[in-house]
Amino acid sequence: MNKPFAVVLDASTSLCNKTGSWRTKRPEYITRLPPCNSACPAGENIQQWLYFAIEGKFFDAWKVMVERNPFPAVIGRVCYSMCEKACNRAITDGAVNINLLERSIGDLAIAKGWEFEKNANYPGKKILIIGAGPSGLSAAYFLKKLGHEVTIYDNHKKPGGMMRYGVPRYRLPNNVLDTEIKRIVNFGVKIICDKKIDDICAAIKEFDAVYIAVGASIALKPDVKIESGSNIVDAVGLFQKLENEDKDLPYLGQTVLVCGGGNTAIDAARSSLRLGAKNVKIIYRRTIDDMPANENEIGEALAEGIEILCLRTISKVDKNKIFVDKMNYDREASILSKSGELEILYADSVIFAIGQSVDKDMFSNIEGINVSENGVIEVDENMMTEIPGVFAGGDAISGKRTVTHAIAWGKKASNYIDAYLRSTKVTKPPKNEVITFKRLNVAYYTKNPRKNVFIPMDISFKEKDTSYSGKKIIEEASRCFSCGNCFHCDNCYGYCPDGTIIKHKDGSLEFNYDYCKGCGICASECPCGAIKMIEE
Amino acid sequence: MLCQLEGSQAIARAIALCRPKVVCAYPITPQTHIVEGLGELVRSGELSECEFINVESEMAALSVAIGSEAAGVRSYTATSSQGLLYMMEAVYNASGMELPIVMTLGNRTIGAPINIWNDHSDAMSARDAGWMMFFAETNQEALDLHIQAFKIAEKTKNPVMICVDGFILTHAYERVDIPSQEEVDKFLPFYSPEVCLDIEEPLAMGAMVSPDYFMEVRYIAHIKQMKAIETIGSISEEFFQKFKRKSGGFLREYEIDGAETVIVSMGSVAGTIKEVIDELNANGEKIGLLSLICYRPFPADILNKALKNAKKIIVVEKAFAIGIGGFLSREIELAIKDKEIVSVIAGIGGRNITRSMLKECFLQKNNNQSTKFLGLNEGIIEAQ
Amino acid sequence: MSSLTLGNRIKSENVTIQASRLRPNTISSGHRACQGCGEALAARCAIDAAYEAANGKIILVNATGCLEVFSCATPENAWKIPWIHSLFGNAPAVASGVAAALSNQKRNDIRIIAQGGDGSTYDIGMGCLSGMFERNDDVLYICYDNQAYMNTGVQRSGATLPFTRTATTLPNSKYMGNDPQTGKNVPQIAMAHGIPYVATASIGHIHDLEQKIAKAVQINGARYVHIHVPCPLGWGFEPSKTVKIAKLAIKCGLFPLFEAENGKVTKSTPIDEVIAVDDYLKAQRRFAHLFSKSASPDPLSFLQKIADKNIEKYGLKKGISNE
Repeated sequence: MNKPFAVVLDASTSLCNKTGSWRTKRPEYITRLPPCNSACPAGENIQQWLYFAIEGKFFDAWKVMVERNPFPAVIGRVCYSMCEKACNRAITDGAVNINLLERSIGDLAIAKGWEFEKNANYPGKKILIIGAGPSGLSAAYFLKKLGHEVTIYDNHKKPGGMMRYGVPRYRLPNNVLDTEIKRIVNFGVKIICDKKIDDICAAIKEFDAVYIAVGASIALKPDVKIESGSNIVDAVGLFQKLENEDKDLPYLGQTVLVCGGGNTAIDAARSSLRLGAKNVKIIYRRTIDDMPANENEIGEALAEGIEILCLRTISKVDKNKIFVDKMNYDREASILSKSGELEILYADSVIFAIGQSVDKDMFSNIEGINVSENGVIEVDENMMTEIPGVFAGGDAISGKRTVTHAIAWGKKASNYIDAYLRSTKVTKPPKNEVITFKRLNVAYYTKNPRKNVFIPMDISFKEKDTSYSGKKIIEEASRCFSCGNCFHCDNCYGYCPDGTIIKHKDGSLEFNYDYCKGCGICASECPCGAIKMIEE
Repeated sequence: MLCQLEGSQAIARAIALCRPKVVCAYPITPQTHIVEGLGELVRSGELSECEFINVESEMAALSVAIGSEAAGVRSYTATSSQGLLYMMEAVYNASGMELPIVMTLGNRTIGAPINIWNDHSDAMSARDAGWMMFFAETNQEALDLHIQAFKIAEKTKNPVMICVDGFILTHAYERVDIPSQEEVDKFLPFYSPEVCLDIEEPLAMGAMVSPDYFMEVRYIAHIKQMKAIETIGSISEEFFQKFKRKSGGFLREYEIDGAETVIVSMGSVAGTIKEVIDELNANGEKIGLLSLICYRPFPADILNKALKNAKKIIVVEKAFAIGIGGFLSREIELAIKDKEIVSVIAGIGGRNITRSMLKECFLQKNNNQSTKFLGLNEGIIEAQ
Repeated sequence: MSSLTLGNRIKSENVTIQASRLRPNTISSGHRACQGCGEALAARCAIDAAYEAANGKIILVNATGCLEVFSCATPENAWKIPWIHSLFGNAPAVASGVAAALSNQKRNDIRIIAQGGDGSTYDIGMGCLSGMFERNDDVLYICYDNQAYMNTGVQRSGATLPFTRTATTLPNSKYMGNDPQTGKNVPQIAMAHGIPYVATASIGHIHDLEQKIAKAVQINGARYVHIHVPCPLGWGFEPSKTVKIAKLAIKCGLFPLFEAENGKVTKSTPIDEVIAVDDYLKAQRRFAHLFSKSASPDPLSFLQKIADKNIEKYGLKKGISNE
């Protein structure tokens, strides 16, 4: 064709002009640490399993969960949900209901009979774990995953530790716990119950390593003057009796006062109702917003008619006369002080749910295992006691005593034990920067306020079924902002004025720096802060 | 077929025979009758498969033609005077984009002061716009030139402007021989451009051109137009073969053999000049006429050859540039060296060019004035 | 996940063409638009949408201006489709010519789009545009409105907002930028011609833009779509903020999104949360003089009144419609 010179041009010849040379800043896809993942003691990759859940890939979601936590259905019921408190969506229209989603997917796994994927038989070492609580079971699971042979001894009738003896059944039914423990057994972990271990030193000879995960079973004594004749109960003791279906249940009476602010306090209060109490009050030192207990649990307790008396502490119990100090709390300065005002309440029983400590007597005759003043076993930075090969973890070494923390300790311990057995060191992967709310472009998320599920329940020990099924899981999971990680919304691709982003068949995106002028619209319009402009 | 027709109507009939697909125009005297005629032919169905568009200005008129021509169909428009100036940006654009549009220019002077009558000022304003320009001497030639124009334009990829003296030709009734559709179809093939806006072969037309290439673009355009002289010659020859009538080409000679003085003119004034020459030569003068038809490309070599025996050249021109003088005479000076060339500015703003004026002018000897204004009212000039 | 993003990895409905891996990319990479150019983005969004709606049968006519210069300069042409540039003021007429030629060839399946900036649309090309409208020629005209002559260095146009600082309306002790008594509203002028379709759109709302273009392309006769395209250089904001600024203009009511058929407004896009014009204006240096300590509050309230009027006139408050 005889085209007029220069005035008439062929199509798309601009591609030879590599405008990337104009650039002074380069966009890059990055992965930032979502606040939920960061806040999770067990380090669950929550965002990743939500990502799969949104796509309806529940099995994949569950697999992601159990990479960090062998008890999704349990944790989905008992966790304090630090993730939800950290969730960026909490700032706009309510945190994603992560806990409920975890429970729902955990329940789905139980219903479907999903099992852990067995890894190739690795000729591992023999490890003894003392205590089949969350930390011990978790360590067993992770060590088994690493290829070791694991045996757990527990002195209770059944495995589960605080999961079984520290949480009332309406909150965590036995079948859920039993199935999740059974799954670990199916995975190849040996659990021997009703077994006391007297000689740890002897055990060490039989095993290559020992992990002490005995928990903190002794209830803390309250700093309260208690006159004789007063009916004082500790929460853990109460739950244990309930679990063992003890005929010798303590008399709680009509009016019960519970002291504490955690889930255990709520559990104790609600259990009291279920044991026939008519008037139950919780006394807490700070405000209701400061209570560590789950928002849902508090809500349900209130719904059941439990009263929460904040900014109060018990100073004295004299039979059924309870002397209460009113408190002042300056949250900014974190200063708690007595206001000087007094109050007298009446109760048939007082339940203290203020924490536990390690059973010191257990280790009194073992050299090399020391229990500190504040009631924890002393370990080095590798979680090892003074006895080589003997490790300790969970509630036994930490003040943060939640099931989730315990599971995290189990995972951690598994790494240190494995490293010890292989004579290597645990290397911690670098932690990405946590993404803050201001890095998000929240205008791109459709408004969809959190729906808190309050299903009225019978006041009984039967659990109410709040788990979501498939469609609802997807719906709630879809509320995830995917903070700091690309969720393939294609904003960068669509908004680039220079068409420099390549979208691959699988939906993945790639910058073509040949043409990118570095304007930064992609980073600016990324809803989730997954693009960073880097100086060149 | 012989017909007694107004010049504008003759042109309209010629255009219709060329089967344009798009005709657009804006009314301006004295061009108006041409498009009125075409409008009627389209409405009556005599000119079928043609879009007739009433546009809102001359700028739009030529722009519509640019669009339709770029889209690959034969397109035509017409204008005059102010209208040409108003569309001037598009005039340059059409040639720069190598779009073979054909446009009739009903010659008329340019204001201010406003004046609707004939001279060549409008044509001269477009002489550097890259178009090919032809001047018709008679209505028959106007008709013939339009038929040739499409062929020249489409073959050379260059727009063509046919200049027709306003009123003198456009509004004059003359006998014209209108060829048959069949004859015209044989002469002028269906238009199918190599380059156009085509979804199958997407091209960009009208790109911005930087200093790196612009000079070459202009040089190529110049060379192409100079080379087109050959094409113009052969098409005029072909026209003669097919229609048995000499029309178009570069120039027409009258009494040139042995002429000592040769008059050069463009357009209809040749008729009057011929009458004067007849009268003067009967009295023993040796005067000839060279009527220039093809003004752009400027056929310098052909002119030089035709004027080689002349001792004196008198250029009768219907336009001049204030501050320097006649256009055509200056251009002839470039082609003809060492001959006495007199520029006679005549007929400006429709002023009558009478035989007596011309006679006096042609007979004047030893004049040291190189530019004369024919028929100037000395009384007014002196009063001013 | 959200329906407000351009794409969605789960759902296929309410996803923009721009999010599609197979989008036409009618304007190729390598064009010479400035960093963060709103017009370059708008052109790809609009012409891609048109291309899809017309099964790839599009011819473009471009007026002189930024878009023309950055997209097609020898030897580099960014366009993937047939394209012609003639002059600054004649694009609508050239498009009429192309339409006439195609109609003559019975190729009404090929859709013609003329496009230009606000300079060519509002000012120099107004005559040709009005002619094209009143003849109801089968052309879709797209105006990319960046509210001044950007290609020549930010001079005032008929689309420049009151009190804007441009190179020819510099604020000083006597003047507060562009004269508030000037300017015109071309969408309204287009509607006054009674043409079948007029719409306003913005790169701040690509879903809406694509739908309007797709609709416009399929209608016969003269159509006008007016797209708001922020210009980082001329307006004075970071190139990364182009889309944000466009969204602010919509949210404050200064750029109303609506559709009109046969001269009557038929639909408007409501604003989720109306913001004050200040939030939009102060993000741009062209209005910085309105926020200086000594500045009178009158210009801001004048501009706020324009926005309020738009909100009322086009029923932009959620739940309140003027239909």
